[in-house]
Amino acid sequence: MAYHEIIVAGFGGQGVMSIGTTMAETAMAQGLNVSWLPSYGPEMRGGTANCNVVIADTEIISPIVLEPSELIAMNQPSLDKFEPAVKPGGLILVNQSIVERKVQRDDVQAIYVPSLEIASELGNMRVANMTMLGAYIEATKYLKFETVVDILRNIFTGKKAHLVELNEVALQRGADCVNR
Amino acid sequence: MAIVYRRSKGLTDVETHYCPGCTHGIIHRLVAETLEELGVLGKTIGVAPVGCSVFAYDYFNCDMQEAAHGRAPAVATGIKRVLPDKVVFTYQGDGDLAAIGTGEITHAAMRGENITTIFVNNAIYGMTGGQMAPTTLVGQRATTAPLGRDKSHAGSPIRIAEMLATLDGAAYIERVTVTSPANVMKAKRAIKKAFELQLEGRGFTMIEVLSTCPTNWGLTPVKALEWLNENMIPVFPLGVYKDITKKEA
Amino acid sequence: MAKELWKGNEAIAEAAIRAGCRCYFGYPITPQSEIPEYMSLHMPKVGGVFLQSESEIAAINMVYGASGAGARVMTSSSSPGVSLKQEGISYMCGAELPGVIVNVMRGGPGLGTIQPAQGDYFQATRGGGNGDYRLIVFAPANIQEVVDLMQEAFELADQYRMPVMMLLDGMIGQMMEPIEWKKPPVSPDDLPEKPWATTGTKEGRAPNIINSLFIDPEACNVHNKRLEEKYRRVIESEQRYETNDTDGAEVIFVAYGTPARLARAAAGLLEKEGIKAGVFRPVTVWPYPYEALHEVSLQDSVKAIVTVEMSTGQMVDDVRIGVNGVKPVSFIGQAGGVIPTPREVANAALKALGR
Repeated sequence: MAYHEIIVAGFGGQGVMSIGTTMAETAMAQGLNVSWLPSYGPEMRGGTANCNVVIADTEIISPIVLEPSELIAMNQPSLDKFEPAVKPGGLILVNQSIVERKVQRDDVQAIYVPSLEIASELGNMRVANMTMLGAYIEATKYLKFETVVDILRNIFTGKKAHLVELNEVALQRGADCVNR
Repeated sequence: MAIVYRRSKGLTDVETHYCPGCTHGIIHRLVAETLEELGVLGKTIGVAPVGCSVFAYDYFNCDMQEAAHGRAPAVATGIKRVLPDKVVFTYQGDGDLAAIGTGEITHAAMRGENITTIFVNNAIYGMTGGQMAPTTLVGQRATTAPLGRDKSHAGSPIRIAEMLATLDGAAYIERVTVTSPANVMKAKRAIKKAFELQLEGRGFTMIEVLSTCPTNWGLTPVKALEWLNENMIPVFPLGVYKDITKKEA
Repeated sequence: MAKELWKGNEAIAEAAIRAGCRCYFGYPITPQSEIPEYMSLHMPKVGGVFLQSESEIAAINMVYGASGAGARVMTSSSSPGVSLKQEGISYMCGAELPGVIVNVMRGGPGLGTIQPAQGDYFQATRGGGNGDYRLIVFAPANIQEVVDLMQEAFELADQYRMPVMMLLDGMIGQMMEPIEWKKPPVSPDDLPEKPWATTGTKEGRAPNIINSLFIDPEACNVHNKRLEEKYRRVIESEQRYETNDTDGAEVIFVAYGTPARLARAAAGLLEKEGIKAGVFRPVTVWPYPYEALHEVSLQDSVKAIVTVEMSTGQMVDDVRIGVNGVKPVSFIGQAGGVIPTPREVANAALKALGR
């Protein structure tokens, strides 16, 4: 498999960090090597947040992602900042609900996900980030949906157990945005 | 022949380095007697400060730790949290406790740390040669206040007993002195009460003892006692400032 | 054993508990606050002590008291806070008290930045407090190594009766990686006795005294010579380092912690350009593995030694001592929270090779 270097970026509160940790947990459960590195500090409190995730079946040398193979841009500032850094042939997933422009580069693949509209239809705005993750998994085809759902089962337990199914639907709706 | 007076079991036979006429010796004895009478010498850990009583670890006949300047209450906190069933005390002077260690003593009291502090206040830095202390009286001469403490420049003396008594964590706070046999007896009762409350797990206890420094005050031992009575007590009134057992009575 | 995904700061706290540490004193500061947060939740569950102190100064002196009372104890902080602890660290060394101090380094001087940096190397390895003293300083480069070394840190602290520092940077503190808990947890009940501790005489022995004061110069000299002899034994027995592809390398990067990972990425770039590059990584930065570095440098293939740091050049002094003039030593670094890129590091090597 490829050496995946991912940047997930957006506003604080959009679930950016948890997209990253869910990816990392899933990859680890599949026996892959992972690292997860967050931005930290004042910018997390209301400003922009991002995390670097590296997933590979070989040793991970540096956890810092300078040239991502994949970018998940949850807002416009994130797309503006990181689009130029994406490797040629890479992938950009755009949160179409609040990003007003298209990806400008023609040497990368772009996928648009109306995350807020989907979440709104599903009746819970907090699953918007899962639609982005679903699209990522469908587009890159190395993480397994069933493993993600296992991870979600470990996160949502007890009174929150019913959220597993909702998140699963959100993942699938995100996946449906690929190849559309 | 009957023995009517002997060295307390709470003191070692090491000769102290204190100056003639200094009241540290009396205060050491009162603490030692108290520990002996309460039968807790074998389960007591004392913390010595930096200042005149820096060698206290050689004089008390129990386990001792020597702390950095002002940090005795933090060191005592570390000991007490690890060994909550032991008796832990700090023995500190006014430079150590009321200047560089103000933060540590205040927060130990705030937490209601179940330790006893013996605070020896002689209104001067003794060990380093008579420099101005935060407790030095206005007008009192010191080697760093050669014309006397000037209020407009260096402020007024800090009253630690009154200050700490405002904290909920403080269980017992009393200011005493040792300038007369009657005062010595009173001081002993106060110190004993503090340790008894610690044994009951009641929280932070501190006995402030007004003490003399004939060497740095430039007075004979007798004159020093008189000077303390006449000048220090009006600024640092004796008495009980906090007693949680009073509320219950 | 199944791998678990752990954040560096939380992993180091859990590793301490698994190493039998039951006593933590600390004060919040970014980027290490997850350590006291983790301890506040988990120490009580194992019957341990967690206390948030009023200052870093108070915290290290609580460590002093608790260590003197025989406890396996630690504190943690980040650069400005570790500066405040220097007094207590010096006193612990003087009084020969064990304990573990974690420094999750950020940029300085002064308040600096909260982003990762390595500007505290001199402070950690030369002693930021007063007097002749040393700390054993571990500098892990990944989270597995962090947890593996934590148990060893406590063991060495007890064995030599001296503080041990875990020198991390903000990146290792904040990132998550999969780890395995390789060693079984240590029960505090199984730790060796500390007959020197102040736990009360029970009126059955002479008082124990924890002390760093030796007022008589002769006595203080003897004390210092004894410490020196102890440090000599540590130098002989406790040097740790790792090498990657140094055999037959043309250029050798020397780096510890996060920059060692960047150096390996740079070595990968150079390999693609036909240049064989290796990485020499000290795991203990005190005692420093001088002889091992010297030996690697002596190879005929080696043309240049390049030191990589997240500082303006501190460890490079030790690299020069180790290499001792047999090969040219150069330096590449960024400070204040900026992390050098693998390309910058590779370019520094090219420059050193005159290409």
